[in-house]
Amino acid sequence: MLAPTALVLALFVLYPLGLAVKNSFFAWDLLTPPRWVGLGNYAEILASGELWGAAARTLCYSAIVVVFSVGLGLALAVALNRRGAVYAFVRGAVFSAYVVSWVAVALLWMWILDADAGLLSSILRALHVRPLNWLGDPDVALVTLAFVSVWKITGYSMVIFLAGLQDIPPSLLEAAALDGAGPLRRFVHVTWPLLRPSTAFVATTSLILSFQAFDVVRVMTQGGPVKSTTIFVYAIYEHVFQNLRVGRASALTVVFFLLLLGLTGLQLWTFRATAAPRRAS
Amino acid sequence: MIAEEGAGIRAAISRAALVVVAAIWLGPYAWMTLTSLKTLPEIVRAPAYPLPSSLQFGAYREVFATVPVGRYFLNTILMAVAIALLQITLALPAGYALAKLRFAGRGRAFALILACLLVPAQVTFVPVFMLLGKVGLVNTFAALVLPFGVSALGTFLVRQALLSVPDEVIEAARMDGASELRIIYGLLAPMIRPTLAALFLFSFVFHYNDYFWPLVMTTDDSVRTLPLAVALLREQGTGVRWHIVMAGNVILSLPVLAVFAAAQRQILRAVTARV
Repeated sequence: MLAPTALVLALFVLYPLGLAVKNSFFAWDLLTPPRWVGLGNYAEILASGELWGAAARTLCYSAIVVVFSVGLGLALAVALNRRGAVYAFVRGAVFSAYVVSWVAVALLWMWILDADAGLLSSILRALHVRPLNWLGDPDVALVTLAFVSVWKITGYSMVIFLAGLQDIPPSLLEAAALDGAGPLRRFVHVTWPLLRPSTAFVATTSLILSFQAFDVVRVMTQGGPVKSTTIFVYAIYEHVFQNLRVGRASALTVVFFLLLLGLTGLQLWTFRATAAPRRAS
Repeated sequence: MIAEEGAGIRAAISRAALVVVAAIWLGPYAWMTLTSLKTLPEIVRAPAYPLPSSLQFGAYREVFATVPVGRYFLNTILMAVAIALLQITLALPAGYALAKLRFAGRGRAFALILACLLVPAQVTFVPVFMLLGKVGLVNTFAALVLPFGVSALGTFLVRQALLSVPDEVIEAARMDGASELRIIYGLLAPMIRPTLAALFLFSFVFHYNDYFWPLVMTTDDSVRTLPLAVALLREQGTGVRWHIVMAGNVILSLPVLAVFAAAQRQILRAVTARV
């Protein structure tokens, strides 16, 4: 019964993982045979600063994405957790961005953020505000990409929080209201503590997912300008498909995997720490 | 009285907030659609003016003329459906074993499956690309489908759904002489249809949209998918012709938005499930 599943996993997860580790000890350009270099690839990505650069950019991108998408998602969930067709429609609108392809979202925002003819720059100019070069300025581009991603995935945290809100017994909030607690105090003392498992879940899953971002970079900036948006997966991709450096790409892959493993450990730990009386299905 | 007044103000604020939120999330779609209905001179003359002078479908005609949209669309649908079906086909027996069969190391097997699936495609794509290259499978349908045959979410959801099926149902079927495969696909699968539907839709939408894996695994038109073609629209030709790119965007997004509008509940069911 488990054999087909085990076969697929062995073939497409375990074996490739082993292969990545092996390849990281070789210099290989796909044309000539691989050459053993030991830890040479690791030394190179460390010494050239490439590793720190990719890690720092990925962390910066992920931090913005997680903080803003989770914060906004929570605010929207609380604001839109009402009956009625209008609320349902707006919830659907926010979540729809999560369902649409990254390619569509990236192209759409490229056009809106176009430095010369883009809608946002035009509006700002009409208001006599000098627009930034959203995608062309190395100091700005990564932040721009992060906010495009926030727009795309806020709907995800919103629906997780909405599911969490559904589980809060209305009687608890009513009791708090009878005791004279206003909406703010009800949120701080009843809703927020009960949403902690949802928060832990959504924050860690978004962190792990944003760490693996690629599409938005590939479509919008190709890692530029001057490498300012070369986050982990894009760096790996570039090494294999543009520079034909499989060894270096594999070394980056191994480090990337270890980082993901660390983040997953963090996730499990937060789940344990926030374990709710009720386990979600 | 004071409370009533406060409630009125609060209602007004919340209505205003609703409009702002809707504008932030729907405005970009509107802008995309409006742009796709313009002509290039219109965009160059007044890029921020929202309305096209008249409905121009020239951009769509150009997309269909330069890109084999039908072929890519078919490739994308076939790939996404094949992945979703394969995932369900494999998740059923695996979920069954994990939920209903007693064997040594069952808990560990479950943990191992979930652990394997924490390894994303972004980690395995380099070696898988080499591997498939060695056996001549790069640029094939198999390269797009097989690596996604097992889904963590799928295995988990099927296991959870089967846990709530009473053992007596299975015992009775065994007494009647039904084989294990018949029990899984003939008896249990129909019983957990809502879960399978949610899984199918979620997987379909995810892989229909996927850009990364088809980009890495294909170079050939015969297997390339729609997201790749649309992304390429921007890189082609002289200067960026945004009306054409946005027309491609509309073509790419409409089917998925339609599926979402029709089956929001099922998709949300899979998204809000916690592994």
